[in-house]
Amino acid sequence: MGQTMAEKILARAAGKKRLSPGELINARIDMALGNDITAPVAIREFKKIGVSRVFDRERIALIPDHFAPNKDIQSAEQVDVMRSFVREQGIVHFYEVGRMGVEHALLPELGLVLPGEVIIGADSHTCTYGALGAFATGVGSTDLAAAMATGELWFKVPQTIRINFKGRLAPWIGGKDLVLFTIGRLGVDGARYCALEFGGPVIGELPMDGRLTISNMAIEAGAKAGLIPPDKITEEYLKGRARRPYEIIRGDEDASVFQEYEWDVSDLEPQVSLPPSPANARPVSEVAGIRLDQVVIGSCTNGRIDDLRVAARILKGRKVHPHVRLIVIPATQAVYLQALREGLLEIFIEAEAAVSTPTCGPCLGGHMGILAGEETALATTNRNFVGRMGHTTSKIYLAGPAVAAASAIAGCIVHPDEIKGVD
Amino acid sequence: MSLLKGKVWTFGHDIDTDAIIPARYLNTSDPAELARHCMEDADPDFPRKVTPGDIIVAGKNFGCGSSREHAPLAIKEAGVACVIAESFARIFYRNAINIGLPILESPEASAFLKENDQVEINLAKGEIVELSRGRKFTAVPFPPFMQEIMAAGGLINFVKRKANLKDSSK
Repeated sequence: MGQTMAEKILARAAGKKRLSPGELINARIDMALGNDITAPVAIREFKKIGVSRVFDRERIALIPDHFAPNKDIQSAEQVDVMRSFVREQGIVHFYEVGRMGVEHALLPELGLVLPGEVIIGADSHTCTYGALGAFATGVGSTDLAAAMATGELWFKVPQTIRINFKGRLAPWIGGKDLVLFTIGRLGVDGARYCALEFGGPVIGELPMDGRLTISNMAIEAGAKAGLIPPDKITEEYLKGRARRPYEIIRGDEDASVFQEYEWDVSDLEPQVSLPPSPANARPVSEVAGIRLDQVVIGSCTNGRIDDLRVAARILKGRKVHPHVRLIVIPATQAVYLQALREGLLEIFIEAEAAVSTPTCGPCLGGHMGILAGEETALATTNRNFVGRMGHTTSKIYLAGPAVAAASAIAGCIVHPDEIKGVD
Repeated sequence: MSLLKGKVWTFGHDIDTDAIIPARYLNTSDPAELARHCMEDADPDFPRKVTPGDIIVAGKNFGCGSSREHAPLAIKEAGVACVIAESFARIFYRNAINIGLPILESPEASAFLKENDQVEINLAKGEIVELSRGRKFTAVPFPPFMQEIMAAGGLINFVKRKANLKDSSK
């Protein structure tokens, strides 16, 4: 009997020949990540352990992105805790305002997360790196502290749920629609404690930005990881980018999985998840017409260059609806610069959108676009929980960048096809 | 581990960490400040109503969403003695064990217990007793490895012990 991708990657990191679901193991960590919310707690806990140095100063990434640029004095103090620790320990991968990006967009872009690796991050969306073939999972601050001290962490080997997408995607359909559809089918805890593994011909043709979107939201189905077996698109993405040598690990054909689904997504409409759960996924036609106050395009889910290109195609030569505030947040400085060079920023600004420096910002209700009571937003972000973007009576609809851009123009939720004359 | 006795507060399914501690309060990691907003977006009065020793009883997938350890930290610092749920989201489960917040998984107790019930909990045995009706439930047991972490008082002490052992063997 063969092994799944998750079992193989964890076995390698645990120095074992093979593993079975349910086994508890200690695995070597290839990269450990923290941000300005979770790292200060991890640093406090690290100091209690009593080791003087971190396990490897090149395998820790600390990214102040949630409330950065610092929104208030307390946030500034939190980043200061990180900065002092970075200097004291000589930590290499610390990226501040001007160099930083939203962590899960930045680390892949910098070639710091690679196939076959085990990566932990004190942020639930660490599962994003599964798109590159890494076993990457979110943990808490104390886990990060232990990993920074020892370079290891305990894991329970997960069962695998395999999802195969077949068919041909209609225009405007991307990674976000596939993952919202998946979460809608599985439910918010449908993949709890499991590794999701995405495959099939549709994934085989999906560019890396779309794959990162899919893996990013695996956690919204409760999954521990969101894996995509590396292929030529992965290798192409990593060419000239990977900072370390890496080994591609794929699952065996005959590996036993917990569940397997095959979905033909040829007829899939753009998906919208209704508040207050990412699992409330519906075809856009079912929710069309809902009036919006704000639209946000950005985040670790959909703030990459492909997302901005899709939005710009629709917004080009048009104006955001007078009742709507459109906020566009390129996820990293490199994305920002690329968007500038391609003329996308000009399109956004001429459309009367606000364009922000990279930050998680409104996605978690931090800053840069907080909602008032009873307001309604549509966002390309990842969570629409009660109060996530501001007041507890505000509402968030989740969608991909095409629906977001089209809806910003229409002033209400619409299918991108409703905007006529798009090139 | 001693016997816990406290009053029950009930919550529904899929209580996410944004409801447990909203991100607007995450510009600090001060446990006392976090406790002042514990469960605020699920029940705005909870921080005022909760008293030390109380028990949270919730449905499935408690603590889903963000990895913020501030969530179990806020609950622990608010004085909540134990969280009983039908099931826990994975990261919350790890975090609770790591920081020493007692949690018990019991679908039966989660379904049976009502707000204001008085319960007695034997953590070592995973036993939950509802006092007025006398119903007894046994929670899903923790694997021995996790019991070791809990017995050490959390992951930091557990790692500390291992680090010291390594040092002394040099």
